[in-house]
Amino acid sequence: MIWNEGAECMSRGEMEELQLARLKKIVEYAYNNVVFYKKRFDEIGLKPEHIQSLRDIEKIPFTTKDDLRDNYPFQLFASPMKKIIRLHASSGTTGKPVVVGYTRHDLENWTECVARIIVAAGGREDDLAQIVFGYGLFTGGFGLHYGLEKVGITVLPMSSGNSERQLMMMQDFGSTIVVGTPSYVLYLSEVAEEMGLSKDDFKLRLGLFGGEGHTVSMREELEERWGILATENYGLTEITGPGVAGECIIQEGMHINEDHFYPEIIDPETGHSKEYGEKGEMVLTTLTKEGIPMLRYRTRDITVLTAEPCKCGRTNVRMAKVLGRTDDMLIIKGVNIFPSQIEDILVGMEGVGPHYQIVVRKKGYMDDVEVMVEFVDGKLVDNFRALKELEEKVRNRLKSVLQIDVRVKLVEPKTLERFTGKAKRVIDLRDKN
Amino acid sequence: MLIKQISIFLENKSGRLAEVLNILGKNNIDLIAISISDTTDFGILRLIVNKPEEAEKVLQESGCTVNSTEVLAVSVEDKPGSLAEVLAVLARESIDIEYLYAVGKDTRGAVVIVRVNDLDRAIKILTENKIELLSAERLYKL
Repeated sequence: MIWNEGAECMSRGEMEELQLARLKKIVEYAYNNVVFYKKRFDEIGLKPEHIQSLRDIEKIPFTTKDDLRDNYPFQLFASPMKKIIRLHASSGTTGKPVVVGYTRHDLENWTECVARIIVAAGGREDDLAQIVFGYGLFTGGFGLHYGLEKVGITVLPMSSGNSERQLMMMQDFGSTIVVGTPSYVLYLSEVAEEMGLSKDDFKLRLGLFGGEGHTVSMREELEERWGILATENYGLTEITGPGVAGECIIQEGMHINEDHFYPEIIDPETGHSKEYGEKGEMVLTTLTKEGIPMLRYRTRDITVLTAEPCKCGRTNVRMAKVLGRTDDMLIIKGVNIFPSQIEDILVGMEGVGPHYQIVVRKKGYMDDVEVMVEFVDGKLVDNFRALKELEEKVRNRLKSVLQIDVRVKLVEPKTLERFTGKAKRVIDLRDKN
Repeated sequence: MLIKQISIFLENKSGRLAEVLNILGKNNIDLIAISISDTTDFGILRLIVNKPEEAEKVLQESGCTVNSTEVLAVSVEDKPGSLAEVLAVLARESIDIEYLYAVGKDTRGAVVIVRVNDLDRAIKILTENKIELLSAERLYKL
């Protein structure tokens, strides 16, 4: 089934015509309503009317996460606050998050886009969907919630955590769809096993996974352990949240809602545009967003695009699984983490040095993070309690900023490696067994 | 009456303790007492050695994080309940014990290493109560 045939199955010509009309409009809108964009354009003598073809988008400078940070919290908003009816946030590169705002119209579009990817993945009115994404500032919970409701699916807004209760309800209520991060849903299958339950005790038939990517082998494992079709979807808070793209039941790439989000692929080093079929960093422009329009936002996600029509009948551009990042962002338990956030915290703390090393491992299906930090005062060696307290203090600070629990390991002063060139502070052992 | 104790930070990895003790052995430093406190991530090794200054120096030179502290060596009669009596004396005077560990036996009884929050008062009170404290020289001869 296709939720919005008009939008999802138009010819390439029609789509490009629509995109160009919307692009012109959003560029003008951003230029006139956001000081940041006006400055950027004026600096290089660019005017909104210079955008006359889709190719002309390449004249527009990129927008980055740092631009969001520099304009924290609301300076990139194009709508006045009285028109903004929702705020969300995600990790920034330092202690301050990235904040986005939605007008009523933005929320309607967002919900529409999410509804499309749910139906593409096989969601139906008679389904019961259990959302195990965290709610709150994270866009995953609310984004899927409203999209599911729009389709007419019964929503069970569990949020994450409390696994045994999740499973009890999943079993008693007969949930047919599970919505969450792949690692948490895999973890739930382990808990179910410990409780003596098997996939036959549940009615799940479909998984909508996002928040973090998953490998093909992880997908197979999800499908095998739960007896479901495991589909992946893609989104990012800066652009809207989930609903940017999603897999259909054919599972050959994620359909991008191109009438709302214009995708490009660039060479991350030079910034030059690349063609469909070539691997590179995806850049997205929001074509309809009122609250916080994004022109050529660098997602830092590496992927490949194709405009080949899909066997499902949809004609919109599809993106491959995210193949990597062009920055050092880590996705841990579905939460975006930048090593620079950790550095930022340590620099501001007494008792520990600014050097650190992060080791990420898989413990079962869950991510496990260890942050090694140097204590600076050698005299603490005699004081066991002070060391434990320092360790706890660092852990609590990290938790409050990163939103996830990490293990802190104190190491001796001056023992962590010092880097003269590009620092290699993250050791990610997750994909290596 | 004060005994010098050295503390060494031990990262929790296999072989680390042996490494540290080996450094002392090679420098002909004798261990008198040893104690370890640990968490899953790190441990603190506390040592009484016959040449504390030298031990501190060689350990530091080999990259260890070392600190020294002063502790008391209390001689306790070798019979049931005697350590409890010593501790009760300190407790009555509101002196807190941060940690303690046993060493071995003196000719008259057991020897216990004690770290308290107020060394001077502890010495005064123990002496007044006829509880014997060992000097460093005597302790090293154990």
